[in-house]
Amino acid sequence: MADELTPQVPPDQPRIGVDEWVASVEGRRERYRGPVGWARRAWDTAPPAVRLLAFLVPAAIFPLVTTEGNLFRYGLITLVYALLGLGLNVTVGFAGLLDLGYIAFFGFGAYTYGFVASTHTGRHWQAEFAILLAIAVAALVGLIVGFPSRRLVGDYLAIVTLFFGQAFVVFVNNANRIDFPFIGHTDLTGGANGLDNIDPLNVFGWVVNTTKEYYWFTLGAFTLVMILLYFVSESRTGRAWKALREDPLAAEVMSMPVNRLKLMAFVFGAAIAGFAGAIYGSVQTGAFPGDFDVGLLITIYAIVILGGAGSLAGVIVGALIVNGVPELLRDPNQAEWVFYTTLVLLVLVKVRPWQKLVAVVGGTLALGFALVAIANAWFPRWTAGQPGEGKLAHWVSHWMLLPSHPTQIANWAYALTIALILVLTLLRGWARTIVMIPTIYVAAFAWENLLLEQTAGATRFLLLGALLVVLMNARPQGLFGTARVEIV
Amino acid sequence: MAERHLLELSGVDKSFGGLAVLSDLDLHVDEGEIVSVIGPNGAGKTTLFNVITGVYGPDEGEILLDGESIVGLEPHQVTNRGVARTFQTLRLFLNMTVRENVMAVQYGETKATVFESMFRLPRARREEREIRRRAEEKLSFFGQRLVGYRWDQPAYSLSYANRRRLEIARAMATEPRILLLDEPAAGMNPSETHEIAELIGKLREEGKYTILVIEHDMHVVEGISDRVVALDHGVKIAEGSFDDVATDPRVVEAYLGLRRAETK
Repeated sequence: MADELTPQVPPDQPRIGVDEWVASVEGRRERYRGPVGWARRAWDTAPPAVRLLAFLVPAAIFPLVTTEGNLFRYGLITLVYALLGLGLNVTVGFAGLLDLGYIAFFGFGAYTYGFVASTHTGRHWQAEFAILLAIAVAALVGLIVGFPSRRLVGDYLAIVTLFFGQAFVVFVNNANRIDFPFIGHTDLTGGANGLDNIDPLNVFGWVVNTTKEYYWFTLGAFTLVMILLYFVSESRTGRAWKALREDPLAAEVMSMPVNRLKLMAFVFGAAIAGFAGAIYGSVQTGAFPGDFDVGLLITIYAIVILGGAGSLAGVIVGALIVNGVPELLRDPNQAEWVFYTTLVLLVLVKVRPWQKLVAVVGGTLALGFALVAIANAWFPRWTAGQPGEGKLAHWVSHWMLLPSHPTQIANWAYALTIALILVLTLLRGWARTIVMIPTIYVAAFAWENLLLEQTAGATRFLLLGALLVVLMNARPQGLFGTARVEIV
Repeated sequence: MAERHLLELSGVDKSFGGLAVLSDLDLHVDEGEIVSVIGPNGAGKTTLFNVITGVYGPDEGEILLDGESIVGLEPHQVTNRGVARTFQTLRLFLNMTVRENVMAVQYGETKATVFESMFRLPRARREEREIRRRAEEKLSFFGQRLVGYRWDQPAYSLSYANRRRLEIARAMATEPRILLLDEPAAGMNPSETHEIAELIGKLREEGKYTILVIEHDMHVVEGISDRVVALDHGVKIAEGSFDDVATDPRVVEAYLGLRRAETK
């Protein structure tokens, strides 16, 4: 009779067998304490309009306080990615369909826009019609691809759509010399050189030209799509998508036409991608086959999964991180800040209890200063290197060995870092805490002496990858995702 | 003209690759009745539900709902005609909230297109209010069990007994004429089992549902059934009142084996 005694508010100590106990024993209930918990509860209980403002206000202030270049790199591109993420969120996040051909719809949007509005083809449609056409073409292609695929589940759908995505790249590479009956030789896509000289957007007479104007336009488009999608997600259709993601058979038996709903989600995602494609084509005044390849697909997937599949707010945060971090890392000075902030946050969050935290922080600092002191006294070559630019690099140089000829030794340190991290995963308790100290130091050493010089190249993606691994480990369901439970 | 049953199966056959799971099954349920299906494991009880709801089509035979054939319809179409079921193995939408679970299944009851929902046009708004009201009404049917703060909790946070109740609430929300309950008391403790038996009675008295129920617990079957149908190897071996069926030698044999075989 335990259940009969269930109180009507969650008790502090749930009774065995009641709902709260069931949820907590298997760690399935998320409980947050401290400031993180407060922020999360505030976010969860805030009305949608307030959440939207929390995004819109900073987004509206951003162009007023930044340079043209930064606005393009951090603002506009992030928005285009986020818009793409919204569409993928419908197919993958809401309906749970693994669509690997998604970027092709983006491409269809860009090429359709370019086809009716560029000097290359000599047509100059108004953007309000051109964009609608781009959306319609992408949606139609989505319907054609989705119709035979709608009965496919999981891996099979992924294979078919991946094939479609690759076929699209081949198609645009070669569609500049198709022989149509009656019409003759036709250039649809400009082939490998792409469609160039695409018109700027010309919406109801407003010619969108500068980065700032593009930013405002895209921000408006994104906000509109997000609001509409929010309404859809809170409607019968949205709930049905989520239901079929959870359990297609139960959804079908519970009055939802699963195949039709899947097709709808597929077409919806495609239409949004087409919209994003039209904007993207005009932003970079061209559409090129290489832009629509698997790399971008993975980026957009990273955005949706990192933000939390099914969450609209997550898409924004995901796009900011996935696009923003590599851009930040281009500049060594900023990269320095990103690296040490991540490192410190990681240690603060992951090392518990406080005794171990003190040991790690104190130990790492002491190790560094001791090594620098020893090197100064007896091995001056080990501190003869030049510190980087900026305040942080200057501080770090008191703590970090900077050899005059670092290349060889830093390579070894890099390999050693990886080895130490692997060792770290095998250790438990205080052994782990102690090994953590040299690990952090060696990692920082490799960073200072090797990776920092290459931040514009491989390092930033390496670091982004590491960041994603850490984030997905900390929250497998994504930053804004709800816990995903498969079995009971 | 013969009396028209609410649900009527005649001569239904179903086999999976040579294994006959249902053979030549006749069954009917009248309006307002509670009919129990019993039988040992593997007797074909759940397959019977799957055939009625359209998850599998029958190989042969006819299934009539209020005189109209529902053979060949998709499961969601069958549900829209007024057949709802629960699952023996609990198939809730675990990552949706309790209320969303009950709201989602009203898809077939509503008509607003995705564009109407997108722009919050009047019909979509009106339906949305109605969906919400109905969901809360169905959940309130379970008294103190599924109310208040629980509505906004994800379904995975519910205890086992409450998940069973939510399954029933979800089936009710499709506004069925006949409810198919697949082992509603499975895995419950004696007091919860007792409560489920009372609930099924209440479903008929207050909810005016016709109920076809698969159940293993003979106390539940005895307490609720107007009529009992016993299956074994896909064949109906007995039908009638609980007392008649429970003492039928073929039923006893199906459950306990032959005395001759036992003594050998």
